[in-house]
Amino acid sequence: MRGNEAIAQAALDAGCRAYFGYPITPQNQIPEYFAAHMPEVGGVFIQAESELAAINMVYGAAAAGVRSMTTSSSPGISLKQEGISYIAQSELPCVIVNIMRGGSGLGNIAPAQADYFQAVKGGGHGDYRTLVFAGWSVQELYDLTRDAFDIGDRYRSPVMLLGDALLGQMMEPIILPRDVIDPEDLPPKPWATNGAKGRPRNIINSLYINPPDLEEVNLRIQGRYDEAARREVRCAGEHLEGAKLALIAYGTAARVSISAVEEGRAAGLPVGFFRPISLYPFPSREIAALAEQVEAILVVELSLGQLVEDVRLAVEGRCPVHLYGLSGGIVPTPAQVLQKIERLMAETRA
Amino acid sequence: MSMEEGTRTRVIFERPRALEPVPMHYCPGCTHGIVHRLVAEVMDELDLAEQSVGVASVGCAVFAYNYFACDMIEAAHGRAPAVAVGVKRVRPDLFVFTYQGDGDLAAIGIAETIHAAARGDNISIVFVNNAVFGMTGGQMAPTTLPGMKTSTTPYGRDPKVAGNPIRICELLSSLEGPAYLARVSVTNPQRVREAKRAMRKAFEAQLKGLGFSLVEVLSTCPTRWAMPPEEALKWVDDNMAVHYPIKEFVVAEGLLEEK
Repeated sequence: MRGNEAIAQAALDAGCRAYFGYPITPQNQIPEYFAAHMPEVGGVFIQAESELAAINMVYGAAAAGVRSMTTSSSPGISLKQEGISYIAQSELPCVIVNIMRGGSGLGNIAPAQADYFQAVKGGGHGDYRTLVFAGWSVQELYDLTRDAFDIGDRYRSPVMLLGDALLGQMMEPIILPRDVIDPEDLPPKPWATNGAKGRPRNIINSLYINPPDLEEVNLRIQGRYDEAARREVRCAGEHLEGAKLALIAYGTAARVSISAVEEGRAAGLPVGFFRPISLYPFPSREIAALAEQVEAILVVELSLGQLVEDVRLAVEGRCPVHLYGLSGGIVPTPAQVLQKIERLMAETRA
Repeated sequence: MSMEEGTRTRVIFERPRALEPVPMHYCPGCTHGIVHRLVAEVMDELDLAEQSVGVASVGCAVFAYNYFACDMIEAAHGRAPAVAVGVKRVRPDLFVFTYQGDGDLAAIGIAETIHAAARGDNISIVFVNNAVFGMTGGQMAPTTLPGMKTSTTPYGRDPKVAGNPIRICELLSSLEGPAYLARVSVTNPQRVREAKRAMRKAFEAQLKGLGFSLVEVLSTCPTRWAMPPEEALKWVDDNMAVHYPIKEFVVAEGLLEEK
C-alpha cells in the first residue's frame, strides 16, 4: 500500500467520517482515496475552495462531534494555521496530516522536514501546541493515524502527523487490523454543538474577553499537554548497548540513519540509534538518559537545525550534540551518513 | 402565553424563546438587536431552537453566542460559512445558520460565501450590511458607498483608489446553488415585517433541503456613522437602499408553492 493511501484507510478504519481538503502535491492520493471510499461508509468528502475553508470545515464537523480530518503539504499547512489555532483554543479534536515538502515559499515537492518547528511549537498564533507524531514506514503511518483519532478525542486537541514526499509516495506491504471502529460505538461527546435537545445549549468558542477567563482555559489546555507528556511519549532505540555515539532522527531521516548505523556496527563502530516517534510531547527524559550513556549525539534531520534544538534542550549539556542537517529536499544516502559518523568518531578520538 | 385566569390581561409581546434573557452589548440605535429578534422569532415559529446550530464569525456579532438560545459556534473572521458547512454536512438533520457582518462576509470571507453558495450548501446566512467595520472602529468595508466617510476613507471612499462596493445578492444571483436570496432593511415597521418574512423563507428553504439561502439586511451603525439613530435609519432609506435595491433575487420553486 502507498503511504498516503494507508493514512486515508487508517482514518476510515478509525471512524473518521468527515474529510475536507484542497489539492497539493505530494499528498493528493489522500483526498483522492477519500473521494473514492468515503461514500462507501456514508461519510463526508468535500474538496474545499481553499485550505482555509478546509480547516474551518473540519472545525465545524469536529464541533458537531464527528471524527474529522484534513491533510495537506507544507504551504497548505501554513494556510491552515489560523484554523488550527481556533480548533486548539476551542478544545476540539481533529487530525491534520502534513506530507512535508521542501520549503520555504513554494519550495519543491521533494522530501523534507522543514516544518518541524511549525508543527511542534504551535504553528499559528497563541499559546497552544498540536500533539505531533511522525512515522517512518507505511505500517507505522497507518497505526499512528488510527491512534491519532483516539489521542485527539482523549485530549480534545488537534493531532498532527508528519510525513514527507518519500513516505507518502512509498509503497510497502502492511498488515491491516481486522477491527475497524464504528463511529456509533465511540464515547459520546457531551460538549458537541449538535442541537440542544434535552440539555443546556453548548457553545464552542475561543473568545474570552476577560483575561482571567482566558487564563483558566489556557491552563486547562496546558494541563492536557502535561498529561500527554506523561502518557503519550513514543520513541524507539536500536543498537544502543555499548554505543558511544547515538544518532537521533525521525521519519525519512531515521530510515536513512538506521541503515548507516547498521553498516557502522557491521564495521565495528560503537554507534547506536534513537528515534522520536512523538515529536510533541518530545521524549526529553529518554534523550536525557541516553545523553548520560553515550559520549556524543548526532542529530540527522532534513532541515537546517530544528530537531537538534529540542535534542539540545533535553540533553542540557550532558554531552556534545552534533547536527547533520540537509535542506531543500535533499535526502542523504546511508553512505553519506556513515561518513559523517566516521568523521565524528575520528574527531572524538583525536 | 395564554390568557391569565380571572383577568383580562394577556401577553401580546415578549422576548422570543430563542433569545437568551441577557442584555445585549450592541450600541444604542444599532439594528443588530432587531435582526437578532427577527431570527429568534422565526426560530420560535418553526420550533427550531433545539435542532439549531448557529455560527457567528468575527465582527460586532461575534458575541451572538451570548444571545441565541441554541448551540452556537464562534468562528474566525470570515469563516462562518465553511464552519457551518462542516456542521451541516455531517449532521444534515440540524438547522444551521450563520450570522455575519459585511466585513466578515464580503471582505475576508467572500470566498467561503461564494463557494458555499455555489455548492448549494443547505445552510442559511443572515448577512448584516451596515457598510462599515463596526467592531474595529468604523473602517471602510467592501460595502461602503462611494463618497462615504469612514476612518480609513476620511475624505470619502474614492472608487479610483479604494474600489467600488460589492453587491453580494447580485453577485450570488449568477450561481446555480442559491435557493433563496433577498435584500431587506429594518428601517420601519413595514420593512421589519418584510425582513421577517424573508428570513422565514430562507429558513424554510433549508428545512426543505432546497439549498443555500441568504438574507442581506441593510442596517445602521449610528456610532461609526456618527449619526443619531433616527437619522441613520433615514440614511439607509435614502442612500443604501438606492445603491442596494431591496428585493428578492432568487426564490426557488419549492418556496413559491407556499403561496
